[in-house]
Amino acid sequence: MSDTSPDPPAPTAEEVLEGEKAPVVVFDGVSLAFDDRVILKSVSFALLLGHTKIILGASGAGKSTILRLILGLLKPDAGVIWVNGERVDGMSERELMRVRADIGMVFQEGALFDSLTVRENVGFKLFEETKMPLAEVNRRVEEVLGFVGLLEHIDKMPSALSGGQRRRVAIARAMTAKPRLLLYDEPTTGLDPITSTSIDAEIIKLRDLERVSSIVVTHQLRDAFYVATHEAVADNGAVRIEQADRSKCEEAEFLMLRDGEIVFEGNASQLRAERDPYLLTFLS
Amino acid sequence: MPGHIEDRVKAAVLEVQEYVRLCVTTARAATSRPFYRYDFVEQLDSIGVGSLTVVVLTGLFTGAVLALQSGISLDQFGAREEVGRLVGASMVKELGPVLTALMVTGRVGSGIAAELGSMLVTEQVAALRALGTDPVRKLVVPRVLAGLLMVPALTAISNGVGMIGAWFIAVAQLRVASSVYWNSVWYGLYMEDVWMGLLKPFFLAFVIVTIACHVGLRTSGGTQGVGRATTRAVVAGSVAVLAVDFFVTKLMIFVLY
Ligand SMILES: Nc1ncnc2c1ncn2[C@@H]1O[C@H](COP(=O)(O)OP(=O)(O)OP(=O)(O)O)[C@@H](O)[C@H]1O
Ligand SMILES: [Mg+2]
Repeated sequence: MSDTSPDPPAPTAEEVLEGEKAPVVVFDGVSLAFDDRVILKSVSFALLLGHTKIILGASGAGKSTILRLILGLLKPDAGVIWVNGERVDGMSERELMRVRADIGMVFQEGALFDSLTVRENVGFKLFEETKMPLAEVNRRVEEVLGFVGLLEHIDKMPSALSGGQRRRVAIARAMTAKPRLLLYDEPTTGLDPITSTSIDAEIIKLRDLERVSSIVVTHQLRDAFYVATHEAVADNGAVRIEQADRSKCEEAEFLMLRDGEIVFEGNASQLRAERDPYLLTFLS
Repeated sequence: MPGHIEDRVKAAVLEVQEYVRLCVTTARAATSRPFYRYDFVEQLDSIGVGSLTVVVLTGLFTGAVLALQSGISLDQFGAREEVGRLVGASMVKELGPVLTALMVTGRVGSGIAAELGSMLVTEQVAALRALGTDPVRKLVVPRVLAGLLMVPALTAISNGVGMIGAWFIAVAQLRVASSVYWNSVWYGLYMEDVWMGLLKPFFLAFVIVTIACHVGLRTSGGTQGVGRATTRAVVAGSVAVLAVDFFVTKLMIFVLY
């Protein structure tokens, strides 16, 4: 700040945003209250390009609220939110559409459109908001449904799917338009371990193969640690999920919310080493 | 409890303010791109074609009962042949537009509120926004436009069917000759009446659909809230239909006659 030496020229904002470690989401002192119930008290954090932020916290801690703030579905009472280099707090709905074009969101309950088929749900954004030719949209829809292993259900209605299948359709829908940032709201809650692991694998694959930055909200610690400590490796056509090395593990940061404040921030090994009684009850 | 009353007044003012805001955004969205054509066509079908049976039955029985009742009254003046004039004018000016609007409120208004309400509580509306689609353009505009087109058409149908219903009664029960009846319908209708009958449904349609959309999009409290929203859409819509009918009638009498 007071450093005036010319040698290492300070990078401009543009250089930072295009660089290797560009911040994708920045919260700076964000506060929010519903009526007089304070949900977030001056929350600050940053998510870097290609990294994962795993948000933990009890039910009602404000985890989904953070994701809604990033999308601009809610406005903060105070504080500043940057997404992909644009300030979204106080942006108009029209301007927000541009920012949202680069974000995919997996809603807590899926939020699939129940009057549309799986195909129409997954291709919604491309069908409705782009001029992409139909054949190309269909190809992309089939591609992402293949990615989550649901190609045979393409013409079903969401109501004819199981909970886990709906969740995977929601993930497919969020990734169709190739966003650079994906937000997952409890993608594995209420699912069996096998389905959960397959969803975790999708999150890892998107992050490591497509360099999508991600924020994962969950209270399933098993899945949180799995996502944080594994990586996807492309191996001539096949994709394997492997134990990640140390530096890769550093790229996944945990963030624990309690009473509207961040009570822990750090990587998986730091979280495991944590001795705070509240965190311990959460971890056990 | 003045505090309690104050809260309710504030809530009501806020509600009206939000409603007006929705109407303004809808008008703005309807006059600019993008326009979701398929949703519009779908709504034409669900609002128009879907309401046809109810509207036809309502019109038929209203016309018939009108003929029965006015037959009795007209007999006192020995003017039974004028039944067509009475039925025609009342159907076209008042009963056609208002009863059609009330039936549409019951069928379409409740459906819209329930549909948008459940989309809201299951976060489908948030999902629309997250996918870059404006919910007003996608959900409200097609419904309002379809309503503006279909309610007047339904009203016209209802008017016609009502006169046919009255014709049955006139011929079968009142023993008025067919030609006398239709002549009296024709000469009883003034151009002003027709104008009034044609213009009213536009106002009523706008009110019904926008209220239903507004109530649906302000649903809170889960599935239970959807039920409440549905009821509110029908009650508020019906009252608004009658109130707006009164004011539009007053305005048109002032302008037309
Ligand atoms: N629209 C709203 N109006 C009023 N209160 C709200 C609203 N949305 C959320 N809240 C409150 O904000 C708090 C945080 O909600 P949020 O959905 O972010 O919780 P969460 O951490 O995602 O919980 P869960 O794990 O159960 O999903 C909750 O206590 C909730 O009651
Ligand atoms: Mg939540």
